[in-house]
Formats: sequence, structure tokens, C-alpha cells
Amino acid sequence: MRPFAYHRPETVAAAVAQAGGADVMYLAGGTNLVDLMRLGVLTPATLVDVTRVTSATIEQTPGGGLLVGAGVRNSDLTAHPLVRSRYPLLAEALLAGASGQLRNMATVGGNLLQRTRCSYFQDVTKPCNKRDPGSGCPARTGDHRNLAIIEHSEHCVATHPSDMAVALVALGALVHVEGAAGARQVPMPGLHRLPGDDPSRDTVLVPGELITAVELPALPLAARSLYRKARDRASFSFAAVSVAAALQVEQGVVRDCRIALGSVAHVPWRAGRAEDALRGAPATEQEFARAADIELEQARPLPLNGYKVPLARNLIVRALADLAAVR
Amino acid sequence: MRESWDSRERIAGRAGRVTGQANTSGDAAAPPPVGADLRISVNGAWHALTVDTRESLLDTLRDRLGLTGAKKGCDHGQCGACTVLIDGRRVLSCLTLTVSLDDESVTTVEGLGLPGAPHPLQRAFVEHDALQCGFCTPGQICSAVGVLAEAAEGRPSLVTHRDRAHPGGSAEPVITGALPLDEEEIRERMSGNLCRCGAYPGILAAIAEAARAGEGAR
Repeated sequence: MRPFAYHRPETVAAAVAQAGGADVMYLAGGTNLVDLMRLGVLTPATLVDVTRVTSATIEQTPGGGLLVGAGVRNSDLTAHPLVRSRYPLLAEALLAGASGQLRNMATVGGNLLQRTRCSYFQDVTKPCNKRDPGSGCPARTGDHRNLAIIEHSEHCVATHPSDMAVALVALGALVHVEGAAGARQVPMPGLHRLPGDDPSRDTVLVPGELITAVELPALPLAARSLYRKARDRASFSFAAVSVAAALQVEQGVVRDCRIALGSVAHVPWRAGRAEDALRGAPATEQEFARAADIELEQARPLPLNGYKVPLARNLIVRALADLAAVR
Repeated sequence: MRESWDSRERIAGRAGRVTGQANTSGDAAAPPPVGADLRISVNGAWHALTVDTRESLLDTLRDRLGLTGAKKGCDHGQCGACTVLIDGRRVLSCLTLTVSLDDESVTTVEGLGLPGAPHPLQRAFVEHDALQCGFCTPGQICSAVGVLAEAAEGRPSLVTHRDRAHPGGSAEPVITGALPLDEEEIRERMSGNLCRCGAYPGILAAIAEAARAGEGAR
């Protein structure tokens, strides 16, 4: 691991000021960053530990939502009574991720900024456009069984690994950030970016910007929601495909819904086409399948990950059917 | 290399627990190590150390303090053999930078019990033959201590959340208070601790017994 200087500032302003130089990275839970430093994938010259400056509290907002400090540990967010009752899809997504030990360490801000688990990205002896722009993408013709099926590019077929982010995209969460240019709010989806011709940038944040909080909107619909995750083993494994869904049915008709998919794209994927197809439609399995098919028309699976298309379809249908209790 | 840890960069005390800038006089391709002076509390005793900022808590415990209970299995956060408790919560010491400890208390397997007075979970692991080679056992036991505490606090697992609090995703009142630990719960909650010998049946039985006795939570 490359030697690095370590700072632990007391205020957001100090943290942002210290992050102004080259090769500076913020350290929170460290569960992904420390591993990537050990692998040589990331080589910061300075770490700015934000543990003391990011809030670890969860507060109710005047609008009926929740303001979650970026320093809240994943295990504390998922155990919060209001998260469990108002946003079950978020509580389940968090509980479906990582292990008990990692959830005790990982923070909300860090979870959003974790890097892809694409094996080429994590192996410094292999080319990777995300890690080393211009070096190529061996995953396109190599091991891409668990990589993207939607909106990948010739430069990158990586997926975003977070479970939590899938739920936040479904909820339309607002990410609060602070940087040298001041504070701003980034809506989800919108924090993460598609790979295009510059996969080295995972998000729209500029260097030095710090996530300070995540705001969950008041969304009564989310009280009836869930997160389903298909994976190679029953626990402690990244998703093959996951779905976060919320559904509101009145007199047999879908009044509103939220659907997002995980592990299908470079970003946590909001299934907006499926949502549009469902609003006003009968809450039946046939309609759920029709909506899923409309969403997945844009899938362009690679030779080894075509299985994700029917898996995503079936997960969407099962999740919505369970929520509608029509199965 | 340690001689190059410039004493200028060693700053003790809470107010300035910052290790200073990277040495700019060194080779840019291979900058010298950066040292930091700190005090850490392990198993109730304070230790004053100068650590390389890169040093993991696991290496500090094993190589500096002689506490070799926590094991280096994968060093990537995937096996759980390095599990210790920080302020009572189970974490992975291989992914914890020692320099980042902030007056928290570390408990390792050595701090749970003594040879003549084992922790209830240690005794249960022995009674249920919950190990073969024993390499993963300290991590399993520390993790299990954390599991029992989490369940006692009413912290859910994925199993709890799906089956008890929100069947079918409905917004029913969240159950709070201590949660019972059946086999499915223990399997889910312990999934971050691998055992290559496959001693899982004994591990399950040991934790289940400690959970029933209600004496494992600390």
C-alpha cells in the first residue's frame, strides 16, 4: 500500500479544505477504500477521515421525510423504526447487503461511493478503462457473467454494486453534498453516471465534494415496498439482479409504483418505462410481466450474462405480485 | 524504513491527532511511510503506539500487542476470521485502519474470557465441538457475541425483517425488543464468518445454546 498522510478534521469546512489537493480521498467506514488501497487499485497520498464531521443522526424533516447523516452506519439505518416502517425496501436492501460486521462499519455516504466489483477493475495487472483510462476493457470478451445488461458501453460493462442505492433510486432520495463551491443537492437517480466514453467517473460529484446527508422524501407509497435480491448464495454475496419495488393499488388498479433494478447497469437503474406502463393498469401478473418486458426491451446482454434478462423480469413480476397479493 | 518516520510528524494528544503531511522530500513514486502516535484501548488496557498510517488494526493486534487470537484469513473483509468488537460492535479488524481509532475500546477474543473462566460462548463452542482446525474460531466467537447483543437490542436481520416485521411488504408495526434467534436467524446473521472445515452444525448449536441461555450478550 502506498504511504499516505492521515487527517481527521472536526468540521465539514475543514474537511473540504483539506480535500482540495491532489490525490486526496475521504475515508469513512473504509470497507471498500482500504481494500482497494491494499490491492493497489487506489493510491491516495492523503486520507481525510470524515468520521467526526459527517452526522451519524437520523432526523425527521418538516416535509415528513427523513434526513440521514452521511456518517450513519448501515446497521443503524436499517434498525431505525421509521426506516423499517416507512421504507421497508430500504431496510431490506441494507440487510441484504454485505455481512453483519461490514454493515456495522460501512456508512451511508461510503455505500453510495463504493466502486464496482468487476474483477478487472480490482486487478491492477489487467487493463481497465475505469481504473486506467484508455487501457481497454477485457470484461467485454472475458468474465462478464455478473456485469451490465443495460446501457453499458464499449469502454465499460461494470455494474454498481450497492443494494442500498437501488432502494434510494426507487425512493427518489436527495443527496446533500458540500464542496469548495458550496453546498448542493443531487437527486437520485442522477448521482451515478453511465459509463459512456469516461467510465473512470462513477458519479457526478466533482473532486473534493463530500456527501453530508441523504434525504428520504415523504412517500406513503413506500410503506408497502420490498427489496428482492437474486444471488449465487443465500447471504453475503453481491446481487446477480435485485429489485426494489413499491406499489399502490386501488380497486384492482395500479395507482402508483416505484421500481428499480440493481446489478444490471453502471448505475442503480430506475425502471421508469415499467413504472409508466403500470400506472393505471390492472394489478395483475400479466400486466406486471408486460411492464417488465417493456423495461427490458432495452437490455443488450453480453454473451455470458443473458440469464439476467429473464431473472430481472421474474424478479419484477414476483415483487409486484407479492406487493399486490395477487399471487 | 521506520527511521524515516520523522518525529516532526508525531503529534500526540487529542487536539492534534493528525499525522502531518506526506514527506515531500522523498521519491514521488515511493513516498516514505507516515507515522502516527496514538493510544488505543484493547481488552481494558491502554497502549501508546507509533503506527504506520497504513497499519490495520489486525496487524497492530497481532504484531505489536501479541494478541494473535484474531486471524488474518483473507485480509479483504470476506472471511470474518479477523472479527473483533469495537465499543461492543463486531467489525473487521483487517479493514480498520489503526490510525482511525478514536478513543474507542477494542475487545478481542482474548478479552472475552480466561482459560479457567471462559465466556459462555467459548464454553458452548467447546461443548458443541464447534471447530476442527480452529483458525476461524476467534472470529466466529467475537461475531457471535455481536450477534447476541444485536438480537437483544432488537436489531433485525433480513430474515427478521421479511418474516416477522413486514410479511409481504405490508406496513405493519415494526416489532421491537429482543429478537429470538432460531437456526435461520443465526445462519443469516453469521454469514460473514466462513469455516473451511465445515464446522457449521456445531457452531450453530453453540450459538443457539448461548442464545437460549441468554447469557452470551455482553
